[in-house]
Amino acid sequence: MPQDPLAEIRAGFFLECEELLETLRDGLAALAADTTDRTRIDTIFRAVHSIKGGAGAFGLDRLVGFAHRYEAALDLLRTGRAPLTEALLRLLDRASDALEDHVQAAQRGDPPPEERESILVELQRQLAPFMREDAAPKPQAASWELDFTPHGALYDNGHEPLYLLRALRELGARDVICAADVGGGLIAFDPARPALRWTLTLPAETAEADIREIFCFVEDLCTLTISRARAGPAPGETGPVPTVRVDLDRIERLMNLVGELVINQAMLVQSVTDSGAQPNSPVMTGLDSFTKLTREIQESVMMIRAQPVKPLFQRMSRVVRETAASTGKQVRLVALGEATEIDRTVIERLAEPLTHLIRNAVDHGIEPPEVRSGLGKPACGTITLTAQHQSGRLMIELRDDGAGIDRDKVLTIAVRRGLVPAGSPPPDSEIDALLFSPGFSTVTEISALSGRGVGLDAVRTAIHGLGGRIGIRSRPGEGTVFTVSLPLTLAVLDGMIVRVGEETLVIPLSAVIETAALSSQNVRAIGAGHTVLELRGGFLPLFDLGAELGFRAPRRHDDGGIILLTRHEDESRSALIVDAILEQRQVVIKGLHRGCGPIHGISAATILGDGRVALIVDPTDLLSRRHLSPHDMAMAG
Amino acid sequence: MDIDAPPQSGGTMELLSFRLGADEYCLDIMSVREIRGWSRPTPLPHAAPHMRGVLNLRGTILPIVDLSIRLGMAGVSGDPRNVFIVVGHGGLLTGLLVDSVSDILTVPRSDLHPPPDIAHYADQTFIGALAVIGGRMIRLLNLAAVLPAPPAEAPPRPPS
Repeated sequence: MPQDPLAEIRAGFFLECEELLETLRDGLAALAADTTDRTRIDTIFRAVHSIKGGAGAFGLDRLVGFAHRYEAALDLLRTGRAPLTEALLRLLDRASDALEDHVQAAQRGDPPPEERESILVELQRQLAPFMREDAAPKPQAASWELDFTPHGALYDNGHEPLYLLRALRELGARDVICAADVGGGLIAFDPARPALRWTLTLPAETAEADIREIFCFVEDLCTLTISRARAGPAPGETGPVPTVRVDLDRIERLMNLVGELVINQAMLVQSVTDSGAQPNSPVMTGLDSFTKLTREIQESVMMIRAQPVKPLFQRMSRVVRETAASTGKQVRLVALGEATEIDRTVIERLAEPLTHLIRNAVDHGIEPPEVRSGLGKPACGTITLTAQHQSGRLMIELRDDGAGIDRDKVLTIAVRRGLVPAGSPPPDSEIDALLFSPGFSTVTEISALSGRGVGLDAVRTAIHGLGGRIGIRSRPGEGTVFTVSLPLTLAVLDGMIVRVGEETLVIPLSAVIETAALSSQNVRAIGAGHTVLELRGGFLPLFDLGAELGFRAPRRHDDGGIILLTRHEDESRSALIVDAILEQRQVVIKGLHRGCGPIHGISAATILGDGRVALIVDPTDLLSRRHLSPHDMAMAG
Repeated sequence: MDIDAPPQSGGTMELLSFRLGADEYCLDIMSVREIRGWSRPTPLPHAAPHMRGVLNLRGTILPIVDLSIRLGMAGVSGDPRNVFIVVGHGGLLTGLLVDSVSDILTVPRSDLHPPPDIAHYADQTFIGALAVIGGRMIRLLNLAAVLPAPPAEAPPRPPS
């Protein structure tokens, strides 16, 4: 029904549902961390309630029905009648998954998932004992706040604040704070003038009349305010930040304009500097603040598109639960660095490969509980998902504490498939990398979860498609670690602008540790075409950037070249020879045209102050192919 | 305009003609976005010979294809007389480096003939149609075949 005027509103509702489901997940996660935090139950309850309300407006009866029964169960918890147990929390998690399925089914117009009903039945069964109990609901009103400042007349008339306070204690007063007003300092202090002031909190259910009664004789002799405490969010919890939904195209346009602004600004700075303006002249000072302003605008605009990886990680915790349930394993997911931000489109396209990796870790990595117990490991396996920014890229690490890679098995299969020659086993890291070969699977029978024959090569293809890299490390018996490194596309980069041959290149500043002059005394040749740099007693592999990229012949080592010491993602170091360092500045990352194809050693491009395109070098990628044998090159596709 | 489709009879087509060496080629003018004067493209490392590099087109990165090399001839020299024809195809912009732009022609569709089946000609698929106008042979370029293949087809999979 494309012409339905309701369709747009309906689409809006489903967008809202996504946000509400996220709130729901947040609440459940917080509750799992601290089961006494009842305010979280309120948050969860409200989210489910809002979904129910919206669904009702669109006549999504099945969704309403489910949400209503879930809500009813939550209400029992909210009013404090049912204790929150571990088992109950797990049920709530699963019920939230089911709610998500219901929302998605409603969105697609599919029939709702039938088997999900059993979760609610179970939830109701667990809560049944509390249903009948008709305990008085916990009052929702806020507590009283009382502010009491006796005047001098109060003491003059022979009243004693202590008696009043004792009477208040009878009513359940707590958090009594007494403040002394000696504002003028002790010299100006007049002992005859009362200076004390009390603030107290009284339980919400206290009748206001009871409080007033205590003060009935002194009401004119003091300043007294009795008010309900502001029913604000619990300390530490911030309310939802107001948001605006904006068409992605508009943001895209804004980003492009800001990108051009930055380039223009750089051009302006360059031409003003070239015209011979003095560093402290008004025009240069003005340009300096313009530069700062441009940078701030740019950062703000970048932040619009960047989103935390949290929703993605939340989806993964569901994948863990479901995969664990269907394989009969016990697995928990620990997510770290959820606030790390990356471009929205990257997040969207990361969901599938990450899901695959998680399923893989649960299915193949984590051992069944009885096996784990036998090995002296905790029965419940742990998968740790970490996101962080590093060297101008987003690093995602997926670590399991399972069995690790069975290298003998991998090798056997690889030999059988002719991927490696028999009799000469490659090093461990290369065996691990075999898992990324197309169609490779160590599972002999195809499991419904991850062994569908698509395997890890599909994951690698997806990550490559995002301009990323994936690596694997494993220790038998201790587990496997997948590292995914992704570019922060559409972002800016602090770059070192260098010249190589006739070309100007940008090297991410984060990758450069130090620079040094190239001198033939420090360069040692080892084997055919390989050189190392001797530095402070150690040796680093040395590469000529110009020759690596094919921009010029390798340069001599004694005519004033510059060495950049670079650090790679695997913490290894190497040295790059460039012809000159031109400047250090921020550059706008421009994605290379799809038609250019992937270029080894180049991650993206930027536009320089003179309007020319400069390529951004990715040192890790540039040198990774240097270490590969021809066999690996074939593997890398 | 879909150049892949056989030219329909009836009506006329406007073509932008340009020179590559001694030969004259043309493009459906509907796929041409603009023509830019020569500036040195930033070369891409380890790229195919016909990928001359990238240029800044008002803030976006424009890949430059040397049409002459692409069609199996010697490369365009890259002097100030050379131009880039910016074409849009499949939602992407590409700059085609040619020797010079010569003319805009209005050709009746009925004058366009499919090229003869001469499979051993390397550039055979690059030519969508031929026409003889005023004694000159006009080669209508098949843009889809000339432009870089989309990445989906590009990386050959190793045998498993």
